[in-house]
Amino acid sequence: MRALCWLWVLLLSSAAMAGASYVALPGGRFVSALAGNRGQAQALTIAPFAMRVEPVTIAEFEQFLARNPYWARDRIPQLLASADYLKDWASPLRAGAALPASAPVTQVSWFAARAYCASEDAHLPSWYQWEYAAAADTRRADARDDDARNQMILSATLQSTGHAPGPVEQDPANVYGLHNLAGLVWEWVDDYGAMFPRPDARDPGQGNSLALCGGSALAFHDRGQYALMMRVAILSTLKPSDSTASLGFRCVRTIGE
Amino acid sequence: MKRSAMYASIFQAGLILALGVGAGPAVSATTSRNASIEELLFAPPQVPPAIHRDHTATVVIRLRTEEKEMTLADGVRYDFWTFNGTVPGPLMRVRQGDTVELHLSNDAHSHMAHNIDLHAVMGPGGGAAATVTPPGQESVFRFKAMLPGIYVYHCATAPVPMHIANGMYGMILVEPPEGLPKVDHEYYVMQGDFYTTGENHAPGLQSFDMQKLLAEQPTYVLFNGREGSLIGDGALHSKVGDSVRLFVGDGGPNLSSNFHVIGQIFDDVNVEGGSLINHNVQTTVIPPGGASMIKLTTLVPGTYLMVDHAITRAFMKGALGQLVVSGAAQPQLYQRVNAPAAHAEEMQMKTNDPMSIGKRVFTQICSACHQGNGMGLPGAFPPLAMSDYLNSSPKRAIGIVLHGLHGKITVNNTGYESQMPVFGGQLSDEEIAGVLTYVLNSFGNQGGTVTAAEVKAERAKAAP
Repeated sequence: MRALCWLWVLLLSSAAMAGASYVALPGGRFVSALAGNRGQAQALTIAPFAMRVEPVTIAEFEQFLARNPYWARDRIPQLLASADYLKDWASPLRAGAALPASAPVTQVSWFAARAYCASEDAHLPSWYQWEYAAAADTRRADARDDDARNQMILSATLQSTGHAPGPVEQDPANVYGLHNLAGLVWEWVDDYGAMFPRPDARDPGQGNSLALCGGSALAFHDRGQYALMMRVAILSTLKPSDSTASLGFRCVRTIGE
Repeated sequence: MKRSAMYASIFQAGLILALGVGAGPAVSATTSRNASIEELLFAPPQVPPAIHRDHTATVVIRLRTEEKEMTLADGVRYDFWTFNGTVPGPLMRVRQGDTVELHLSNDAHSHMAHNIDLHAVMGPGGGAAATVTPPGQESVFRFKAMLPGIYVYHCATAPVPMHIANGMYGMILVEPPEGLPKVDHEYYVMQGDFYTTGENHAPGLQSFDMQKLLAEQPTYVLFNGREGSLIGDGALHSKVGDSVRLFVGDGGPNLSSNFHVIGQIFDDVNVEGGSLINHNVQTTVIPPGGASMIKLTTLVPGTYLMVDHAITRAFMKGALGQLVVSGAAQPQLYQRVNAPAAHAEEMQMKTNDPMSIGKRVFTQICSACHQGNGMGLPGAFPPLAMSDYLNSSPKRAIGIVLHGLHGKITVNNTGYESQMPVFGGQLSDEEIAGVLTYVLNSFGNQGGTVTAAEVKAERAKAAP
């Protein structure tokens, strides 16, 4: 009888996580495109972690809301979500036929993204985890020196102007097996508020004002990474309750805890 | 009420209103300080009308940032980032001492946050820090327009060169209290350099190319964000004897403009957009993030080309516009003089066959626009070389040379805004027959002959 109970629990939890597959990334030494404290390149050590293969989809977020209606747009406190929160959905719990179920969910606040990840026993990636995972292409763990690859990412990003994001996993997986790290949506990261404080001064000497021109040029030691710079620029302007039509998220899990 | 009494009371009301403004300055000044004015904005090349206020005011200006796919050149699309959906954004016009309340809203479907740095602002970032606006939100900031002049504004969020290269710039005019000297026409032109992944005129949707931006090697250099925007239907217009003021700016991001109007001398140029006025200027340099006010007088009718006189940019990369001046010919100012008769006779002895006449006419007249190799200029003048339009109907060309041609035509799958002048008065039947025969038998065309008799017959018909 007890064995049967355990089986039931296992079935339940796997049903709740249907579609959420994670892959392990080895981590290691990584040089961020962001400058360190003295404006220099900084070498970091990334611990091994597991990352969601694709951004959280609309279908997955609907399932989350069915279990956690607190995060539906008609119940969520204003402190945790601005007026744009899930605004294009047909109803508080259903996106509706106009939005493809397999597209990444957007118009979600940082708070809601964190809550979703917690429901998957996961959390939002740090910026450096995200940047490390996105440095790869289909053949290399670090393809950032490849101008053609950088331009391809930039073109894909720009040509999505004015279009709602399409389904996930339409692109070839990178060397780790991850999809959609470029060109489909921006993604929340856990520590964006600390990394990129909302600018209130343009003087690059007085703060880390990444959204503004002087700040952004100084904050990137690798100034050729325009697609990455765009990502940092948009995140740096947002409050955690904000959301936009092109901003989604994915989750990561710590390995070996 | 009798009709006369009603008129009288309307007259009285009008008088009281007039006195309120004219004879009661203290009262009206108080009122005006409290009243705010909603700025009317126009798409370039149009500008708001001159300000006739005798007092300062609070002016509310609403800008909206939109990321939208638009045409860059015929058959070429591009994902522009814009203020109010146009490149450049609208020209704002305020009076020195006005308080400007600027509302910047960002379209909910924008990918990027945007802001605005106005060079007319004295304050940190020119307003940039106060106006960082994520998608779907609005920022408001106020500034006092302290000094008169013509100033550039632009988006200043990261990556700044990309926001500017995608079209996020415009201009704000701060009029001095006495206003600007009156002119007959005012227009708004802004140069920008564009960096596309494909080559110049590669068709279809093009993306911003980062490597070309870094190398400062644009694929296009354009007036008002589109090749041909100021040509044909978009041409600027004036009349003989009229004065024209051009507000000319340069959004960049990289190249300075060497602004010149072929066949005109600028009467007045506000050097670097400031208060120093230079006179009798042929070409004025406008740096990225800078602007000028140019006044010229159009004395002789004709079509004048506006160019960046770093001339490769005009004829190969698109920095070309037209100022069309209508009115009666002014032979005392400008006249074509024929060669002395004796010399002409001698010439005719050597060159009286149609092909020789045709070659001479082509070189002297047609090649100015259609080019010596008959290839024309992309976006402006259609090719005569291997032209399907010409070869499909050589006889149609007789009427075009005689009477001119205005409107849209398609030549070799490319659309042109035709501005072919009338040559019937200037060229004889023999000359028109000669030049058409010459063109039909040159530049890879399929051959054929046009006779003077055919031209004469066409000339006898009424002009279309």
